[in-house]
Amino acid sequence: MMRDNLICFYTIARRESTRIFRIWVQTLVPPVITMTLYFVVFGTFIGSQLRDIGGFSYMAFIAPGLIMMSIITNSYTNTVSSFFSTKFQKNIEELLVSPTPNWVIVLGYVSGGLIRGLSVGLLVSVVSLLFVRLPLYSIVYTVLFAFLTSFVFSLAGMINGIFAKKFDDISIIPTFVITPLTYLGGVFYSISLLPDFWRAISKANPIIYMIDGFRYGFLGISDMHVYSGLGMLVLFAAALFAANLYLLNKGIGVRS
Amino acid sequence: MDALVISDLKKTYGSGLEALRGISLEVREGEFFGLLGPNGAGKTTTIGIITSLITKTAGTVSVFGVDIDVDFPAAKRMIGVVPQEFNFSIFEKVEDIVCQQAGYYGIPRREALVNCEKYLKKLGLWNKRQVPARELSGGMKRRLMIARGLVHEPRLLILDEPTAGVDVELRRGMWDFLAELNRGGRTIILTTHYLEEAEQLCSRIAIISDGRIIENAGKRDLLKKLDRETFVLDVSMDGSSLPELDGVGFNLVDDTTLEVTISRGRSLNRVFEQLSARGITVESMRNKTNRLEEIFMELLE
Ligand SMILES: Nc1ncnc2c1ncn2[C@@H]1O[C@H](COP(=O)(O)OP(=O)(O)OP(=O)(O)O)[C@@H](O)[C@H]1O
Ligand SMILES: [Mg+2]
Repeated sequence: MMRDNLICFYTIARRESTRIFRIWVQTLVPPVITMTLYFVVFGTFIGSQLRDIGGFSYMAFIAPGLIMMSIITNSYTNTVSSFFSTKFQKNIEELLVSPTPNWVIVLGYVSGGLIRGLSVGLLVSVVSLLFVRLPLYSIVYTVLFAFLTSFVFSLAGMINGIFAKKFDDISIIPTFVITPLTYLGGVFYSISLLPDFWRAISKANPIIYMIDGFRYGFLGISDMHVYSGLGMLVLFAAALFAANLYLLNKGIGVRS
Repeated sequence: MDALVISDLKKTYGSGLEALRGISLEVREGEFFGLLGPNGAGKTTTIGIITSLITKTAGTVSVFGVDIDVDFPAAKRMIGVVPQEFNFSIFEKVEDIVCQQAGYYGIPRREALVNCEKYLKKLGLWNKRQVPARELSGGMKRRLMIARGLVHEPRLLILDEPTAGVDVELRRGMWDFLAELNRGGRTIILTTHYLEEAEQLCSRIAIISDGRIIENAGKRDLLKKLDRETFVLDVSMDGSSLPELDGVGFNLVDDTTLEVTISRGRSLNRVFEQLSARGITVESMRNKTNRLEEIFMELLE
């Protein structure tokens, strides 16, 4: 039984990665170009005019945030678009008629989000090295935050994919929720520089904790408690995983 | 052993539409079972419930003795399904589509490749295995779905109008292939609009209409019932009335077209005599193929 599930998981993961690398011009190239532009414009042109933050150049400060931003966007986009297109082409039925348990389906699709999110994250990290010599304070935190954040956003994208009924539905949340929260999530500034009021508000933005923790892994400086960031990620992961299972068990968006 | 037992199955869609109004069916192991019915009768809905794509409103289904409410995964393992509409990713390669399906049943790719080769070859798709599915013709896509439905060697194969849009020659080839599978011991359920197809292949036939089973019989019994022939006569009749004859149905389609339905084997002489006695001239005559829709009409009356 467990062996069947493993094979099934592997099959979905393999299909997802085939898809990502088959359409790499759509999946891997755009984020790398966008982030390179960020490095050039914000890091080099503007950053050179700014003073250091926490003892690091502006470029070094924003690099982890930009990497994290691409991980977040790409993890989410991958599961939502992959799952939606599977529904759209109806090949989700291939999985539904099989004995595959729903938790394996969720993990399978999430693995696609992880593969894409972390591949892009890695590519952007490599690009960032062209602009700045990033220190690596703690690889454990770096990897842990990258992985958990990618996991959480892959799960979130999956929920979006489950509910999506038309193509427009897959870009609403990224445009109106994720992008704003990411921009306000301390990619470009340290929230310790904000006035009290805005700092208090910012603390309600979960993405702050993810970027902050990830940056801590590189630079060893943080605005928030790193452990609360980790704890929050684990809670989010558990809640979103449960939500996905609940939706699939109910057959929402997939069975009539 | 029954391969499939359905009892009092009902489905009301979210829209309020009652697609199944309580159908019961039994398909014995090894049978080639035909489910016939007009558009919208509920065939795809029934199959959808058996394969978990559609949730039932009431009733029970069991597959080789396994109740789907008790252990759906175990039931699913024994079922292979070939849906009515294409439902694979057109971007994926033929071989990947088939092997992935095996993977979903817990069969590792290396083992799956063996069956994949076997069925792609039998279905004439082997030289297309590396081609993305969008490059296949309609008939090839259908055959791809058959290979995919068989890759995990299910005991029960369910095909939803597998020969829709397939040319005559290919259709015969498919029939041979399915008949051979059935001889090999596999239980097969097939839906179709073509009576000829059901006649050729199926040992038992159920007719479904408007969410109800209106006939469920061995092929022979059914064919006996349907043993009528309809002729289309081009006639000229200047206002003369139609004759009445025992065992013969007259249906005036328009001024010059008369349909005559008669039990097979009965002589047409009587009909012609009566017609000419009433001054109706028969210009020409052809045999109307016994289309399924008409038989439904008949059964429904
Ligand atoms: N998802 C759905 N939501 C609402 N109604 C549906 C849905 N699917 C099918 N129906 C309705 O249920 C009825 C039965 O449809 P079904 O697809 O089972 O017919 P069928 O016998 O397979 O017909 P066909 O020969 O045309 O394939 C139809 O009236 C159809 O409009
Ligand atoms: Mg149908």
